[in-house]
Amino acid sequence: MTAQAPASTVPADDGVNFYTREEHHPENGTLLGFWIYLMSDCLIFAVLFACYGVLGRSYAAGPSGADLFDLKLVALNTLFLLLSSITYGFAMLEMAKNRTATTLLWLGVTGFFGLCFLSVELYEFHHLIEEGATPQRSAFLSSFFTLVGTHGLHVTFGSIWLVTLMVQVARLGLTAENKRRLMCLSMFWHFLDVVWIGVFTFVYLMGTL
Amino acid sequence: MTPNPASESVLFGKLSLAAIPLHEPILLATFAVVAIGGVAVLGALTYYRVWGWLWRDWLTSIDHKKIGIMYMILGVIMLLRGFSDAIMMRLQQAIAFGGSEGYLPPHHYDQIFTAHGVIMIFFVAMPFITGMMNYIVPLQIGARDVAFPFLNNFSFWMTTGGAVLVMMSLFVGEFAATGWLAYPPLSGIESSPTVGVDYYIWALQVAGVGTLLSGVNLIATIVKMRAPGMTMMRLPIFVWTALCSNILIVASFPVLTATLALLSADRYLGTAFFTNDFGGSAMMYVNLIWIWGHPEVYILILPAFGIFSEVTATYCGKRLFGYASMVYATVVITILSYLVWLHHFFTMGSGASVNSFFGITTMIISIPTGAKIFNWLFTMYRGRIRFELPMMWTVSFMVTFVIGGMTGVLLAVPPADFVLHNSLFLIAHFHNVIIGGVLFGLFAGIAYWFPKAFGFKLNTFWGTISFWCWTIGFYVAFMPLYVLGLMGVTRRLSKFDDPSLQIWFVIAALGAGLIAIGIASFLIQIYVSFRDREALTDTTGDPWDGRTLEWSTSSPPPAYNFAFTPVVHDLDAWHDMKKRGYVRPTDGFIPIHMPKNTGAGVVLAGISTLLGFALIWHIWWLAGLSFVALIATAIGHTFNYSRDFHIPASDVVMTENERTRLLGAGA
Repeated sequence: MTAQAPASTVPADDGVNFYTREEHHPENGTLLGFWIYLMSDCLIFAVLFACYGVLGRSYAAGPSGADLFDLKLVALNTLFLLLSSITYGFAMLEMAKNRTATTLLWLGVTGFFGLCFLSVELYEFHHLIEEGATPQRSAFLSSFFTLVGTHGLHVTFGSIWLVTLMVQVARLGLTAENKRRLMCLSMFWHFLDVVWIGVFTFVYLMGTL
Repeated sequence: MTPNPASESVLFGKLSLAAIPLHEPILLATFAVVAIGGVAVLGALTYYRVWGWLWRDWLTSIDHKKIGIMYMILGVIMLLRGFSDAIMMRLQQAIAFGGSEGYLPPHHYDQIFTAHGVIMIFFVAMPFITGMMNYIVPLQIGARDVAFPFLNNFSFWMTTGGAVLVMMSLFVGEFAATGWLAYPPLSGIESSPTVGVDYYIWALQVAGVGTLLSGVNLIATIVKMRAPGMTMMRLPIFVWTALCSNILIVASFPVLTATLALLSADRYLGTAFFTNDFGGSAMMYVNLIWIWGHPEVYILILPAFGIFSEVTATYCGKRLFGYASMVYATVVITILSYLVWLHHFFTMGSGASVNSFFGITTMIISIPTGAKIFNWLFTMYRGRIRFELPMMWTVSFMVTFVIGGMTGVLLAVPPADFVLHNSLFLIAHFHNVIIGGVLFGLFAGIAYWFPKAFGFKLNTFWGTISFWCWTIGFYVAFMPLYVLGLMGVTRRLSKFDDPSLQIWFVIAALGAGLIAIGIASFLIQIYVSFRDREALTDTTGDPWDGRTLEWSTSSPPPAYNFAFTPVVHDLDAWHDMKKRGYVRPTDGFIPIHMPKNTGAGVVLAGISTLLGFALIWHIWWLAGLSFVALIATAIGHTFNYSRDFHIPASDVVMTENERTRLLGAGA
């Protein structure tokens, strides 16, 4: 980094350069910053997982996971979310080739799977509450609804963000700024996938055992 | 879910005229003072027609230096509020003996000690520390701004939004009466049905967003924006401590956010996380809040350690002794701070093995901390020490902090803690480290960097008075609390039966009075220095013969900080440059790429504060409306793509020529 062209620098007494006459462009920190933010978000999920770990068997004489969870439905939901991650990946591949139309197409497909996921989750929540398994029923259900619901909220925000970015890409094309934003959302989307795998394993699979 | 839903109206939620504390004369008087002061300030701003200037040049500014100064102003204002609470408590405890109830009813007293803790940690210490890092870090690493300048402005306004909510609780409704960490079940809806705890929750949630984002921002800044040649092991120690402090912020504030969110779920939705029934666990809250809370005190103290390191090296005219060991000690403290949280509640009953583990990890922290103390001492050893104000604060810190550290090791012994838990001994211990460590560090930093920020030095006479009043006042105020704690007096009591204790509380109140004079002298010092700024002016940009890059530019620095980005070859880069005959460039300036100011931060934080207010008072329509407005404004802001501009070369030439003239005139 310190290598300087002779014309652009001013040596001091012993020939050392103490400043650069060219404009110094630090590397873009957005992706790093966003990654750090994701790790902080990950800690929020860590707390919710920990709560579920502590309270997950406190049924207060109410229903347990084995009584409530419909694994087939959750498997379908997992499929939706995993597929949405793959299609987001396709969108990023198209973005790398600077193809706006197909990028938008794959983003649209991603959003569609995201909405499918949210619909199924809302259906599941509705069904549980109908059965009397409300978040207020027991500490187990409080921590279940909070963990899964927080993930669902993240997917909701991700979807709003996705639509926003689709509008921006449609308007201005794949500019450097829009590409950077798509990269950030990409990290966010895959991160939610990873969290869901944790939810699926620890909450649903182990809960039905 | 709420205890008395019938009393809620659709339009105003729980809010009604009864929320205004007309029956509390103390609050009314406070309100009168604040209202008169507020009207006077607003009137003056209008009279001198400075609103436009204030909005354009300060409130919407994304210059890290201006944001840093605004953080410091917020800290000073909230210090006055937090200290008023402190002196009210000292007065109450000094007179509430022999059947006297004192002058504060218990419910009011409970709110005061809660507000004191919350304000001092979240709205005094945090803004001071964040402001200091904001101002100094980019200058010390040779950068023109932080990595995300807009985010920086937004963070500041979110912190301010939280402070506004806390202040509002004084006059509209009431504040939490639960202690500063709001343990459930006391903070649950059954024991605290009023809005006090909701004020607490939403003030901290709003401010917490700001703190977290500013943490992300400064980490990215330090990792990505260092000047060429500034390797990690050439970072000034203050930047190292800032980096570790911000890593702690990012790794701990999400825990606070999640914990408070769960508490809100219990209060608003009737879930059973921390309740006594339906399988909840109140101790889980205590664990979670301290997993945030213990790193929090290191978030505060590490940058203070950084300030002391800079000050010691500068005023001893020596390179810091043991730079590498200082870095390693800082990193070790950062990691260990996550392994000690349980020492805040040894009495939980987790058993001997768990308690021994956390007792030992706690004691281990004193090793890297001790290493730091020795590094400062060895830096002073055979140095040419100049006892300017910052150095005086540093020496006072070393003595005071070591005492606080030793009482900390005492508390880390679980059997001793069973005796001292929740006693005034604990109160004395943490005020000993927070005042003797964080606050003294901040005063050292203010005296040290003030000329850099404003172009003139601080008055020494009033600074010295402030220093002695704070130092002596601290000992007079808190040593009696150690004694009382050892005698078994617990914290948070509003009256006492045993008359033999009174003398100690009277002494402590006198100490608080001395500290009050210390604070007054500090304010007088600022005023006097501003009045005499011509005589105290610094034209060199380097009044203390400094060693790091912030001293290589003018005081105050230009908007772009450095006309040309410095190239670093050694630790203490500016000292190296001076030693090797650096010649300041006077021509060949080029346009400088800078970010544009924006009002989006103020607007977003304002809406967030409104959202918090609506949630506190259960005004659901307003909460919904402001939430939608918040999302819409945030999305709208992302459609603004023109966020930067170039400072023309002619402006740079003008600024730099003025500096050349001043340097010539000074020589």
